[in-house]
Amino acid sequence: MSGAEEVEKDRGADGVEEAVGAAFREEWGQVVATLIRVTGDWDLAEECAQDAFAQALDRWRRDGVPRRPGAWLTTTARNRAMDVTRRRAVGAAKLREAAMLARDGGPGGPRDPDSDDDSGVTDDRLRLIFTCCHPALPVEARVALTLRTLAGLTTPEIAHAFLVPEATMAQRLVRAKRKIRHAGIPYRVPPAHLLPERTTGVLGVLYLLFNEGYAASSGADLIRTDLCAEAVRLARVLARLMPDEPEVLGLLALLLLHDARRGTRVDAAGELVTLEDQDRTAWDRAEIDEGATLLETALRRGRPGPYQIQAAVAACHTTAATAQDTDWADIAGLYAELERRVPSAVVRLNRAVAVGMAESPEAGLALVADLEESGELADYHLLPATRADLLRRTGRLEEAAESYGQALELVENDAERRFLYRRLAECRPG
Amino acid sequence: MKYVMFICTPVDGEELSPEEIADDPRFTSYIDHVRAGGMVKGGARLRPAADATTVRVQGDEVLLSDGPFAESKEYIAGFDIIEVADLDEAIALASRHPAALGGGSVEVRPIWE
Repeated sequence: MSGAEEVEKDRGADGVEEAVGAAFREEWGQVVATLIRVTGDWDLAEECAQDAFAQALDRWRRDGVPRRPGAWLTTTARNRAMDVTRRRAVGAAKLREAAMLARDGGPGGPRDPDSDDDSGVTDDRLRLIFTCCHPALPVEARVALTLRTLAGLTTPEIAHAFLVPEATMAQRLVRAKRKIRHAGIPYRVPPAHLLPERTTGVLGVLYLLFNEGYAASSGADLIRTDLCAEAVRLARVLARLMPDEPEVLGLLALLLLHDARRGTRVDAAGELVTLEDQDRTAWDRAEIDEGATLLETALRRGRPGPYQIQAAVAACHTTAATAQDTDWADIAGLYAELERRVPSAVVRLNRAVAVGMAESPEAGLALVADLEESGELADYHLLPATRADLLRRTGRLEEAAESYGQALELVENDAERRFLYRRLAECRPG
Repeated sequence: MKYVMFICTPVDGEELSPEEIADDPRFTSYIDHVRAGGMVKGGARLRPAADATTVRVQGDEVLLSDGPFAESKEYIAGFDIIEVADLDEAIALASRHPAALGGGSVEVRPIWE
C-alpha cells in the first residue's frame, strides 16, 4: 500500500488526514518534481514522495501539521532519497552522489528546506510539466505521465480513466520513463526558441485530458470526470507559473467555461442534453465569471491564439442569458478566425454550425457539403449529425432522418447514440 | 550524449553521389553548420539499397538475399554519429538535415553506453 493510496483511502477521518489529503493534492507534483531534479531518477522520486506522505500521517499526528507542509514533505522525501542512494552506493562515485544530495550541490540544486524561498519549487514543476509533455513521447504516454507525476493519480486510476488494462498502463509509464532516461530527454523548461511550440504541446495535453473527462460526463464514472478537475487544477498551476503567456490563460479560461456547464450536459436519466436545452441557471456562475475575467486578461496582451479564440466562443455561449440570445454571428466570426490559424476539418464543421445558426440553415448546409466533398471526417459521426440537424431546422425531415441514420452508423458513445435515435424518431412522426 | 542519426530517403527518391552532394547547396549549408558545431564524430554515406546483401544463417547454411533486410518505403542512405547535450539538440540537428526536409526522414537513436 503506497503512501499516496493510503492518503486517498483515509482522507477526511480527522484533521491530520484532511491536512495530508490537502497537501497531497497541492504538493504531490512539487515534491516529485524536486526529487526528480535532485536524484535524476523518476521511480525513486515517486517512491520517496509516497514515503514522505505516509510518514506525514504519523508524524503530523504526533507533532502537529507543519507551517509549510510542502517544504516538510520535500525535505522528508529528499532525506529518504539520500538513505536509499547511500544503501545502493557501491564505490566512490555513488558515495559522491550521495554526498551531493546531502549538500544540495551546485547551481539549480535543491533549496534549503528551512528557507522561505519557493522559487526553485515552481521551476521544478514547470520542468516536470514540460518533460512529461515532450513531443518525443507518444501522446498517450504524455497524458499518463502527467497524471502520475504531477497529479499523483495511481496507475490503476489512470488505467481506469483511459479504459485500458492496468498492465498496459503500467507498461506505458515504464516505457515513457525509460525513454526519458535512455534517449536523453532533458529535464528542464525549454529554451526561449523552443518555448512557444512546446508550450502549445503542453496545453494540448491538458486539453486532451480535460476532453477525456468531459466526454465521459455520464456522472456514473467519477474517476473519468475527475480528469476534468485534474486538468483544471494543472492548468491553474501552469497559469500561475506562466502568467505572461496569453494562450496559457486562454486554455484555463476555456476549461473553466466548459467545466461550468459540465453538470447540465446529461439529465438525471443519463441522457444527453444539447447546449440549446441545458438549464442555464444550473451553470456554475463562479467558474463562468473567473473564465471570462481570465480571457479578458489574456486578450489584453494583444496576442490572440487558438485557445483564447475557443475560450471566446465558450464565453459567447455561457454569457448568453437564453439560447435565443446567443450571438451566433460573433461565434461564426470567431470560428472563421480560428480556421485561419488552425485549418482543421473539425474547426470548419464548427463554423458550419455557427453559420447555420447565424445566417440560415442552408448557408450551414453549403459549408457541410464542401466538407463532405473534401472527404475529410468521413468516419466522424458529427458530420452527418450536423447535416441532419441543419436539415431538421429547414423542415426537410425525410432527408434529416436519412442523415441521422448515417450518424448512427458511426457513433460510438451510448448517450450520443440514444440522443440521435430520439432525433431520428422526431423526424419520423407516427 | 552520443546518438546515431540514420538518414532515410524514399525508395524512389533521387540518388545523389557524394560529388553531387558536395555541390548541393542544401547539403553544403547543413555540413557547414555541423562542422562549425563540431557535433559529428563520424558517419558514412552508403551505396544504394540495391547494392545491399542480407545475410542469415539457418542451421549450418548461410542464406543470402539481394537487397536490404526489410522491404520499406525508405532505406538508410547514410548515418552520422553525433555527440550533443541531449535529445533536443539531436532533434534540432536532425530537423536541419536535407533528408528530413526533402521527403525523407532522420531516425535519431541513442548509442547504448
